[in-house]
Amino acid sequence: MLASQIGYYSLILGLIFSFTLSFFATKDLTSPSKKIDQNIIVLSFLQFFFVVVSFLCLIFSFVNSDFSNETVFNNSHTTKPLFYKISGTWGNHEGSLLLWLLVLTLFIFLFIIKSINQPKKYRISTLLFQQIIIIGFFLFVLVTSNPFIYVFPVPNEGLGLNPILQDPALAIHPPILYLGYVGSSIIFSAALAAVIQNYINSEWAKHIKKWVLISWIFLSIGIMLGSIWAYYELGWGGFWFWDPVENVSLMPWLTLTALLHCILVLERRLLLTSWVVILSIASFTLSMCGTFLVRSGILNSVHTFANDPARGIFILIFLFILIFLSLGIFFIFHKEQYKDNKNFFWLSKETSILLNNWFMMYFLSVVLIGTVYPIFLDVISSDKISVGPPFYHKLIIPFLVPFLIFMVFGSRLKWIKSEISNKNLLIIFFTISITISFLVTKNFQVDLFLYTILIGTSLFLFFTTTVEFFNKKKILSQTVAHFGFSLFILSILLNSITSSEVSTNMKVGERYNYEGGEIFFKKIEEKKEKNFNSIVGHFKITDNRGDIFNLKPELRVYNQPIIITSEADIKTTLLKDNFLVMNTVKGNEYFNIRYQVKPFMLWIWISVLLISLGGMISFLRAKNEK
Amino acid sequence: MYGKKVKLRFLFLVLILLTVILSVFLILQSLKENVVYFQSPSEIKSLVELDKNKIRVGGMVKMQSVSVNSKEINFIITDFKNEINVRYSGAVPNLFEEGKGVVAEGFLKDRNYFMATKILAKHDENYMPPEVKKAIGEK
Repeated sequence: MLASQIGYYSLILGLIFSFTLSFFATKDLTSPSKKIDQNIIVLSFLQFFFVVVSFLCLIFSFVNSDFSNETVFNNSHTTKPLFYKISGTWGNHEGSLLLWLLVLTLFIFLFIIKSINQPKKYRISTLLFQQIIIIGFFLFVLVTSNPFIYVFPVPNEGLGLNPILQDPALAIHPPILYLGYVGSSIIFSAALAAVIQNYINSEWAKHIKKWVLISWIFLSIGIMLGSIWAYYELGWGGFWFWDPVENVSLMPWLTLTALLHCILVLERRLLLTSWVVILSIASFTLSMCGTFLVRSGILNSVHTFANDPARGIFILIFLFILIFLSLGIFFIFHKEQYKDNKNFFWLSKETSILLNNWFMMYFLSVVLIGTVYPIFLDVISSDKISVGPPFYHKLIIPFLVPFLIFMVFGSRLKWIKSEISNKNLLIIFFTISITISFLVTKNFQVDLFLYTILIGTSLFLFFTTTVEFFNKKKILSQTVAHFGFSLFILSILLNSITSSEVSTNMKVGERYNYEGGEIFFKKIEEKKEKNFNSIVGHFKITDNRGDIFNLKPELRVYNQPIIITSEADIKTTLLKDNFLVMNTVKGNEYFNIRYQVKPFMLWIWISVLLISLGGMISFLRAKNEK
Repeated sequence: MYGKKVKLRFLFLVLILLTVILSVFLILQSLKENVVYFQSPSEIKSLVELDKNKIRVGGMVKMQSVSVNSKEINFIITDFKNEINVRYSGAVPNLFEEGKGVVAEGFLKDRNYFMATKILAKHDENYMPPEVKKAIGEK
């Protein structure tokens, strides 16, 4: 009771501080003093502090199972383990928006105290733009999604959290992903501020690069966590389904990756100024679009906690205001800076980064159209369609070949004018890669030509980046990230051609033989936990190499809400995953068994971590440079 | 007539335009080929021509219609007006149950027989695919 009161009033206080802050900031914008008014920093801290208080109150209500609070009542239960009581705080619409707000205010506070070397007017303008977003979200939370609504009479028990959300990877997935999503808000505000203050230059690029890196790193890891979760929890054994909710997180990632590259051009050569601004605006807009699509209930998925049209409309209007505002500012205030040194030879780092951006924009438009088209069609013709993986695969996979080849050459080029050095070495590498790839691919029943080229080019990038590690003049961050990327594509390709799957229906005690192996369904065992009962299947698997191992997939029947989930059992080794999931058709003695061998799974996750590590190295270097 | 720079810039613009047009064309083309349409059992019954492409069928799993053997699962999808037999081999989602909503993806054999290649996963017990809502809403 009390916690909800405090939480609610803290939110209102936070909103009041936002208005005060905006007022002081506007006043300070015109004051002659060179330093930022101390009040602004204090107010920005207070704004953050009260959102933290409010958030802590909500966590406290969840931990205490205070069912007088509607959000807690709807999403928690007394028998839930403490860890999931806490993670339940952001496992719902209201709480997750409060988390958005928390990250928004945290980032602007960090920005203000970390940007002391930047011009005052630029800092204050950034703060003001960020306040527009913050106030928008404050109103959104308070008006449409208040997490502190009372329920009277107070229920004895809550409705529980969707069991498939009760999972460690998914507990930390939202906060990490949000740091990435919301982190892009700072880039957005800073870019607009820089346009207005005519401050788009190398200094700005150097400073904003760190913020781009932060959101990019968190977004990468956040997407990966969601993907790992989908892999073992949804029971299909895949890690990416081209589901709209996945796509909306991929879109800002693509623009951020493009931005990450072209901000280097701005920093070193003062080129592409408009493009940098557009990408900055696009990244945050796409993050907002993601929130809109996911929260409005237009897309049905685990992420849709409630279908409330009012919320969708609020975000949509807010989104349009932000888009018009930012584009308006861009067209009115942005001035191309004319410089003499604009020229560059076609074979140069500038060209290669431009090419990278072209590819990113192409991938982005594929994903965007695939995601939005079904919604669009539904609205105009009420035809229900879905766009499946073949669409994305067909349009993206062939373009990976030139993309990977350009990555090999692009990263070796110098600014302004360059030549390709070690041509012979590269040709040798290319020949070796294609040969190896051909020898590997011909053992599998796949399109020989396509896969030979695909695996060949990713091996080519793999070898050249590996050699790059021994180059004394290397840029470590770039080498690590590009090496990670080659490993990523390579693992996905090998995984997709070498994976195998058997699925069958079995009774307890039965044996099932498949190509050279055997699955033995030994027994089932029943277990009782605090918030679920489970049926554990004991399986003995003899694979075609004669290795014998046991897998114990589970079927869980959660008590509140009553939902059955199947927990796959995965035996992960360095080279492959053995994945077994079982299922039941109610009231039937047959269990539905799905056994998969998935080579190189672990390397997909490792390579994403390597890509992010590249970003971290770059961040640390940028931090130490000043 | 024009300077080298202008020509170069013109060439660049044409190139950009061409790539954009090409990629848009490519995207739209494969969109046409790769979308999966949703149909209800009633819509299938009234089809003039059988669709050879992959489609989705949605509705409710008819009570007492599920039968399982070691190879496959057979059941009936109904929209309370018409129904269709479905054959499927593979893993069913957790919430696949008689009397609950379901979406099956696959190919039509004839107007009464559907070979499913995938049964779509649903995430909670109250969730109903929009397709099913639409199908049931029409009854």
